[in-house]
Amino acid sequence: MSGAEKIQVKVTEITPLNELVTRFRFERVDGRQLPTFSGGAHTVVEMQDGGITRLNPYSLMSDPFDQSSYTISVRRDDQGRGGSLFMHRQVKLGDEMTISYPVNLFSLDLRARKHLFLAGGIGITPFLAQIKQLELLHGHWELHYACRNQALASYADQLTDRHPNATHLYYDDQSQVIDLENLLSGQPLGTHVYVCGPKGMIDWVRNTAAAEGWPEDCVHYEEFLAPQPGKPFEVRLASSEKVIHVGENESLLEAIEREGVDAPYLCRGGACGQCETVVLDHDGNFVHRDHWLTDEEKAAGKKIMPCVSRFEGKSLVLDR
Amino acid sequence: MSKFEFPKSIASRPIWGTLEVRSGEHHLMIAEAEGAEAVIDIATPDLMAKTHLIYIPKGTDFSERLQALNPAQFYESPSYAAALHRIRRVLEDAHMGLQVYLTGTEGMMGQAMNEVVAVGLPHTAIQTEHRGSVARRMQCVHCKGVTEDVEVDPFVCSHCGLNLFVRDHYSRRLAAYQGVRVDAEDHGNVPEPKGIYE
Repeated sequence: MSGAEKIQVKVTEITPLNELVTRFRFERVDGRQLPTFSGGAHTVVEMQDGGITRLNPYSLMSDPFDQSSYTISVRRDDQGRGGSLFMHRQVKLGDEMTISYPVNLFSLDLRARKHLFLAGGIGITPFLAQIKQLELLHGHWELHYACRNQALASYADQLTDRHPNATHLYYDDQSQVIDLENLLSGQPLGTHVYVCGPKGMIDWVRNTAAAEGWPEDCVHYEEFLAPQPGKPFEVRLASSEKVIHVGENESLLEAIEREGVDAPYLCRGGACGQCETVVLDHDGNFVHRDHWLTDEEKAAGKKIMPCVSRFEGKSLVLDR
Repeated sequence: MSKFEFPKSIASRPIWGTLEVRSGEHHLMIAEAEGAEAVIDIATPDLMAKTHLIYIPKGTDFSERLQALNPAQFYESPSYAAALHRIRRVLEDAHMGLQVYLTGTEGMMGQAMNEVVAVGLPHTAIQTEHRGSVARRMQCVHCKGVTEDVEVDPFVCSHCGLNLFVRDHYSRRLAAYQGVRVDAEDHGNVPEPKGIYE
């Protein structure tokens, strides 16, 4: 079976935080301890939604050293494909679910002398675990957290209460904006910046840091892409000798899995590179949406990341 | 000619680059001996106006030419060791966005790189360019003593006196290549020393 190893868990706590965000606590069904993880790690949650198996990654926000339970916070996305709606509407206290072992694509660089965290909205979750990890290691960190308004600022009270000097909040509805240029240029040498939030915010931080001469290796970001719907298309899987149909509302990876073909994956969000698949032949255009392939690779049309990317055209043959 | 093309070697051997101007409000350049020429090659008035330049002549005389570039700060140091306190102070006070340029011998670049890495910049962010002497900074694997500016192979360890073979195995932590006793199996059977790249 592909993906990280699986763990059977029970939902032991469901806590609505505000209009959009709900927190879920998972404990192992067999009563044993969960693995420790490192701040920034995520778990892939399996959801049996009618006939569809949804696999969505969520950042672990609990204490990385607390092996009794994991917690995640899920923001309801009414326009999304349904994973967050399933979590909000279908999941009940005591339900058994399958989650993956933690996988970290957004880990702290512990060579840093200071960690600067920039969060936008629900992008706060990986930082909650990283802050707990750094507090234990006596690390030096600072958080700048931008949200739509005070009511939607999940965990802002807790953060300002525990870390009043390290937490800085910005509310859109009060026209408060992170003074990014000065914030970045004033950081001591050896600072690493981490950004998690909407795409626009990630681009803004990466571009500003690059313009100010920050080394690329000091700028970390995490953006999970959800697969976008698109026109249905047909794919031939050469090694499995199958022709499959990818529907409008499923990803290429999901269609491959539906047909019983075991394909590698980890993040399912275009970031980790695990699902990279060789294209044997194609007649049409790729809709590359991942962060993994380089622009040259995307243009060459020899590889595709089936978790988020699609295809439009006559025929596509994959080595899978 | 201050440039030398090192022969292809094992993966452990460092590969030095070629300096290029990068964007940033502050620049630190450390030039040792003929490394001054690499600075002169990339210098522009705009760049030098934001540059703290440390020059370690080691018998060369580029002082006037370097000062004519009008760096924001210029410091001529009699040795790397004498410049170390200044280098550490500059790094301590620096902010993100500082660009670091190291040019000269492998020994100086390796040691200065360690200072920069110690304050938290990734080694991949530091620019280097080898110029001048191809002599190596060597660590004796037996007594752990470091011998600077080794030009021949084999050489005599300046600490324990063993005859050491110059290897391409490099330690980034020590900023030194490894020297191993050449006559360990057959004491006294020491080949005639010749230039490292001869």
